[in-house]
Amino acid sequence: MNLTHLQRLEAESIHIMREVVAEADNPVMLYSIGKDSSVMLHLAIKAFYPAKLPFPLLHVDTAWKFREMIEFRDDTVRRLNLDLVVHVNPDGAARGIDPFVHGTAIHTHVMKTEGLKQALDLYGFDVAFGGARRDEEKSRAKERVFSFRSAQHRWDPKNQRPELWRLYNARKHKGESIRVFPLSNWTELDIWQYIHLERIPIVPLYFAARRPVVQRDGVLIMVDDDRMPLHPGELPCMKQVRFRTLGCYPLTGAVESAADTLPAIIQETLLTTTSERQGRVIDRDGDASMEKKKQEGYF
Amino acid sequence: MPQPSAIDRDTIALDVEDRLHAHQHKGLLRFITCGSVDDGKSTLIGRLLYESKTLFDDQITAVMADSKRWGTQGEALDFALLVDGLAAEREQGITIDVAYRFFTTDRRKFIVADTPGHEQYTRNMVTAASTADAAVILIDARKGVLTQTRRHSYLASLIGIRRVVLAINKMDLVDYSEQVFRAVETQYRRFADQLGLSDVIAIPLSALEGDNVVEASEHTRWYHGPTLMGCLETLPLAQEQRLRQPFRLPVQWVNRPNQEFRGFAGTIAGGSIRSGEPIRVLPSGRTSRIGRIVSHDGDLDYAVAGQSITLTLDEEVDISRGDMIAGIGDPPEVADQFEVTLVWMHDDPMMPGRDYLLKIATNTIGASFTGIKYQVNVNTLERLAAKRLDLNAIGICNLAVDRSIAFDPYANNADTGGFIVIDRLSNNTVGAGLIHFALRRSHNIHVHHLDVDKAARSAAKKQKACVLWFTGYSASGKSTIANLVEKELHAAGRHTYILDGDNVRHGLNKDLGFTEADRVENIRRVAEVAKLMADAGLITLVSFISPFRSERRMARNLLKPDEFVEIFVDVSLEVAEQRDPKGLYRKVRSGELRNFTGIDSPYETPEAPDIHIDTETASAIEAADAIVRHLTEHGIIKSPLLDSIDEDLTQ
Repeated sequence: MNLTHLQRLEAESIHIMREVVAEADNPVMLYSIGKDSSVMLHLAIKAFYPAKLPFPLLHVDTAWKFREMIEFRDDTVRRLNLDLVVHVNPDGAARGIDPFVHGTAIHTHVMKTEGLKQALDLYGFDVAFGGARRDEEKSRAKERVFSFRSAQHRWDPKNQRPELWRLYNARKHKGESIRVFPLSNWTELDIWQYIHLERIPIVPLYFAARRPVVQRDGVLIMVDDDRMPLHPGELPCMKQVRFRTLGCYPLTGAVESAADTLPAIIQETLLTTTSERQGRVIDRDGDASMEKKKQEGYF
Repeated sequence: MPQPSAIDRDTIALDVEDRLHAHQHKGLLRFITCGSVDDGKSTLIGRLLYESKTLFDDQITAVMADSKRWGTQGEALDFALLVDGLAAEREQGITIDVAYRFFTTDRRKFIVADTPGHEQYTRNMVTAASTADAAVILIDARKGVLTQTRRHSYLASLIGIRRVVLAINKMDLVDYSEQVFRAVETQYRRFADQLGLSDVIAIPLSALEGDNVVEASEHTRWYHGPTLMGCLETLPLAQEQRLRQPFRLPVQWVNRPNQEFRGFAGTIAGGSIRSGEPIRVLPSGRTSRIGRIVSHDGDLDYAVAGQSITLTLDEEVDISRGDMIAGIGDPPEVADQFEVTLVWMHDDPMMPGRDYLLKIATNTIGASFTGIKYQVNVNTLERLAAKRLDLNAIGICNLAVDRSIAFDPYANNADTGGFIVIDRLSNNTVGAGLIHFALRRSHNIHVHHLDVDKAARSAAKKQKACVLWFTGYSASGKSTIANLVEKELHAAGRHTYILDGDNVRHGLNKDLGFTEADRVENIRRVAEVAKLMADAGLITLVSFISPFRSERRMARNLLKPDEFVEIFVDVSLEVAEQRDPKGLYRKVRSGELRNFTGIDSPYETPEAPDIHIDTETASAIEAADAIVRHLTEHGIIKSPLLDSIDEDLTQ
């Protein structure tokens, strides 16, 4: 019997997760509520079945997530009986960080990067699972599965540990940490296929529906609540749209689509000519901007 | 946007279901690409991504913009920029690390590890090759087989890659000449045969122009073999070979959610297993039978190599992480000494005798290399003598680990015969290796049981054997203090011995100098002698600078925890230099002496010595008293007074 590529990817991800649980003191799974997180969580449940997940989930909330994401998160936690830690950067919240006022760069840095570092320090997590994939972005392609971070949470792309066979080096000194990416070798299409095959629940925002959007700087932004200031002449209109990635609603572009079933989404993905991160405003802040963010501690 | 009609949607769904079904049954081929800096490797990968329609419009647009800024192809698309990810590298114009790329065709999913062609990065290529089924080796048709080509082929064969696609690139620059192609092919095959690489497919290519990448080229009508893509779609997968191996499950994690369930989780490293089959657990050798193969989707009847599973056993056997579950018929060997190939991956060289950690399958154990048989020159395959292995060096070494483990020769099973080496202090991965064979099998070792043992010898001397290890700068006062301690112990009727530079350097170790490698060996021998003396029941005082933490730890590991006492004789370098009783510091400063600890050779301060003596505040006599007091208080030596009471009571 030959394993299919999805079976091989599944086995690899499960192997990685078990290795972390065997070697880490206090692991945590970053849960971003997106489709990749849904797949990662599903794999984790398989990896440790019949035991309960041997680590909590951590959601670094920015207070600007889509409302449907938060509903889905809380449903998932109830349905699967999970431990969830939610962290919002209290300094950022106190300063009233607002992507519409302060811009995407500051919002992302304060609420996501700083918020994440705070949460890891606060709870003393020494290994954090993330759902990033190598096919997402150029600088991700060179990241290790076990990606070492200094006590200051910095990534040094020039000084990464060699990673051979299935042997992952999880050793570190006190204060240092490791980010682990079990989905490194999955592509967007693999993720969708696996969701389809395993019937994994995902946030309804991935499916096309009529939603209120405005067109801004060439990106369709959904008006998810009344905190979004409208520019003169801007009028939200109802469009049949869906999202290829999910994050903070002001930073996440929708695509016009009629795909309201998984096969239809996969059909679009197979035929699409635009990569999924294009909807993310953050990647275009500057050349190699993702690499810089990652060095600073962004996931 | 108008809603699609019901019929449209059904057609889409039908079509997608078909495609999903087809895609689900694809295999996965992982391969590496290697070539010299200008062979056009990144261009070729960029071309494969482009031709397999894996690239999205926005990525192409981004590369267009990058091409104008960084590119080397004028206004044309520079495919290489798709692949060279990191900003720093882009500026240097070379790829300096391993990058993984993905593309899919109707027949297979592919993961490409792009490996650098640059001289100093052997380590990256070995890393990338460790997970590859095949290697695509690029040759510039104009240049033929180069030193780098030989090196890449050697490394590929070393790591166990049997299938090589020889991409003879830049055919457009030699007018697509068959003669040139055949000449390069012949030259390569001759070399590859020596390495045992018999499965070589040579393809004439132009990555830049796209000839024979996906479509057969009109320019090479004389060539009737497959295109590169066609070849990659049909190469056999390494997984198939793994299935034919005997069953191996390195236990990764014991799943114990409650008293009723005890499951053993791991990834099958070879063969297959069915519920009910008999198994053997290594290294204990206990046998049992598979109970259930548990999965979230219900129990499985059987499982195969590559799957990550959880299984239960019919009869409870004590198993923990690091053990191996194997089929009963063909179990792995168990040993603690091996001959291995070692690839060194760190700036700090490998020193024989130094104490490292080894990770093999799910075991992490203490290890040291007990000797280097020879080093291999990766360019000429010549064998060279070596006392240490530097970054990117490859050597055939003897390896000793601190407990017996189950293993297979790497050639049979990479997952149970490949290991990484971890530095104990920095935690870096500093090397990778492949086991050839066991030097001595554990089941052949009969530890010779002696009727008179350490305890008996110690008891005859009415003492407890131990090693007092004095470390510190030259002129710190180690020997003076050690002498005073010995005097006190001797006066109390203890049996002692001092090992120091004077009685060891002139005899046992007179063949050793003061290079880092020799210092490591010096301490290794001293530690082994101290161990024998402790075994003889003596209180052994060792007085050596012993500047490296790893050697002091090695010495500690040779003895039981309560038998080793590390004494840090602390002094600032300034004060030591002022004392300078043997005039050594003066000689160093005048250039007569080199490799002197503290001056041009490092001293690694003990992090947690058992006893810390500050010789700038305490006199030698006070220090010696403090040491004897500490040893008495900690029960390492019995107080003379208590001892005599014991004797009185027993008489």
